[in-house]
Amino acid sequence: MAGVEVVSEQGFRTDGRKPNELRRIRCKQGVFSHADGSAYIEQGNTKVLATVYGPHEIRGSRSKALHDRAYVNCQFSMATFSTGERKQRPRGDRKSTEMTMHMKQTFEATILTQLYPRSQIDIFVEVLQADGGNFAACVNAATLALIDAGIPLKDYVCACTVGFVDDVTIVDINHLEETNHIAEFTVAMLPKSEQFVMLEMSSRLHLDHLSKVMDMATKACKDVHLVLDRAVRDHVSEVWQQLGNT
Amino acid sequence: MKDHPLSNCEEKFVLAAIAENRRFDGRGVYIYRPIVILYGHDRGCCHVQIGCTRVLAQVSCEVIIPKQTRPNEGVLHMNVELSPMACPSFEAGKQSDYGVEVNRALERLLRDSLCIDLESLCIMSGEKVWQIRVDVHVLNHDGNLIDCSSIAAIAALSHFRRPDVTVSGEEVTIHPLDEKDAVPLSVNHIPLSVTFAFFDQGRTLLVDPTDQEERVMDGKMVVGINKHRELCMLHVSGKMLVLQDQVVRCVNIAAARVGEITDLIKDTLEKDNAARKSGKEFGFAKCLADVILGVDDLLKHYVDSMSVDTTSVGQTAKTVVDADGNRVQMEVDNAETGNVSIKVPGTGKMSTNTEGGAVTWCEGEESDSDVILLDKNDSTSSEVSSKQVSAVVELSDSEEESVLMTSQDLERTELSKSRAIETRENRGGRCRGKSFGGRNRGKRGRGNGQRYF
Repeated sequence: MAGVEVVSEQGFRTDGRKPNELRRIRCKQGVFSHADGSAYIEQGNTKVLATVYGPHEIRGSRSKALHDRAYVNCQFSMATFSTGERKQRPRGDRKSTEMTMHMKQTFEATILTQLYPRSQIDIFVEVLQADGGNFAACVNAATLALIDAGIPLKDYVCACTVGFVDDVTIVDINHLEETNHIAEFTVAMLPKSEQFVMLEMSSRLHLDHLSKVMDMATKACKDVHLVLDRAVRDHVSEVWQQLGNT
Repeated sequence: MKDHPLSNCEEKFVLAAIAENRRFDGRGVYIYRPIVILYGHDRGCCHVQIGCTRVLAQVSCEVIIPKQTRPNEGVLHMNVELSPMACPSFEAGKQSDYGVEVNRALERLLRDSLCIDLESLCIMSGEKVWQIRVDVHVLNHDGNLIDCSSIAAIAALSHFRRPDVTVSGEEVTIHPLDEKDAVPLSVNHIPLSVTFAFFDQGRTLLVDPTDQEERVMDGKMVVGINKHRELCMLHVSGKMLVLQDQVVRCVNIAAARVGEITDLIKDTLEKDNAARKSGKEFGFAKCLADVILGVDDLLKHYVDSMSVDTTSVGQTAKTVVDADGNRVQMEVDNAETGNVSIKVPGTGKMSTNTEGGAVTWCEGEESDSDVILLDKNDSTSSEVSSKQVSAVVELSDSEEESVLMTSQDLERTELSKSRAIETRENRGGRCRGKSFGGRNRGKRGRGNGQRYF
């Protein structure tokens, strides 16, 4: 393969991680006061902001209202300064339309939408810096924002990317690794029931390796879950203290 | 135009059938509809038909300046066009969400899996490369667009030839076809997609869903795979949750399926090449004569290819209430096949000739010679309401050859005649093979055959 070696002979990746090591996840809930729920997440150098509004009355065309469940409205956008080469427009191209669709499907399947008939839930995500695994970071950020907004979910939705190169499964791939045409899986799953909500794969992978890669993806999502869960608990206890309780 | 949804009754009925592992067109759960691949007169033109879903792919090429990030790679560009001709809910102009989904699925399947060697498309590094453009036009939508488009796109790419180029120093010569033979693209492998529709929280799954099944499914999984058991694309859409072993199962089914389609593509390509070399006729005009494309023949084609399970079918409707409230005895035409003929005035007659014709109503005795069937295997009542009877319409080619349809089907006839037949079949009605017979074939030429493309 042309370009840099994804995994060195010593078993380390270009950024010094081990194959099964996630990038550092830093997250914070309640970053905006105006929105019903908001969150900020950093996965390595990938930085994403998410805000959630709702459930509220249907805005815009009334025909969107669903009589038995809430309408989930998503918007995925990438800041023009998020990539190495300045982007022409933040949304509207095919890739971000696809991302928006995936976000929508992911959260329609996991939010208990039947509790809010004829209403609307808005999820807006903005990628501030893109360094691989954008979709995964967006899903994680949106999950935190939804929890912050107090919208009932089936479970945390945890997402991560897994790559497969030279017989090694690597998790949470960064932009440099992404550009090497390695097989890439993006999964979003419910960690408790181990059900996949979203599954995307591109490039090539032999079937023999499929189970291995999916096992690794499950493991990585559970790791992400631990981090998110701790962040949520920390946030709640902080808010509790601010309210004057000890 | 907004898509009108399936009625609750229809939806329930489809789901009930699927829960019993039955499908409306009589297929098994893992069975594909028949696939027909045709190549046009020009290189890189391919028409694929899966059941009633039709797609036309056309490949073209031009010389462009490469991207700065990849100076010595050509570009493969995919464009999917969902025209309103395929389905009334598709709108012309800007690509809809569904269009983007199909488009991105094809891009990931063909471009990201590197099925075309892009480096071989470089003419001069950083200055001139070939851009290969694949335009996929959906002609008729009856479910499973992604599979149909993927077959069309890869077949068209394999069929395509680009002009030869010579580079001497700084000078680039693109040879016209009469100067030098065109060269094929280097196709590394043939990735194909197989679509699975999930029902009942993933408990049941079907291969190759029709439009009707797609409307009621929970979600679908598209598996892109090639003959060498390499996964090229995986795409899950719809609001459903899947488990890992379901994914593995689907991928294994797809792996088994893909070999057959790959062989079919290779086989048709070889035949086309052989025809071109030996100076025989080729292209759609030739194929029209070989492969049946007329409405009448399409119906026959479709009906012939399936077997309807009638083992559990019983004759339940014995009397019919006509418009005046009188009960009319239904005669059992053939007890074994369960064919029933209704001889009541007020039965409609519709022309399927290529010339068209007015819809007429039968008068009394006239309908005696026509075979009518209304086999209600899903009906528990012993009576068929007058509404149903008066809504019965005959789809007739000639005096002897006729078929019965119900009112719902009639509405759809405008949209897709063949689909209407399918639905009627689904109701449990079973027609005589003869009804669709080829007596009319001679007339085909008179109609405008081209409109089917």
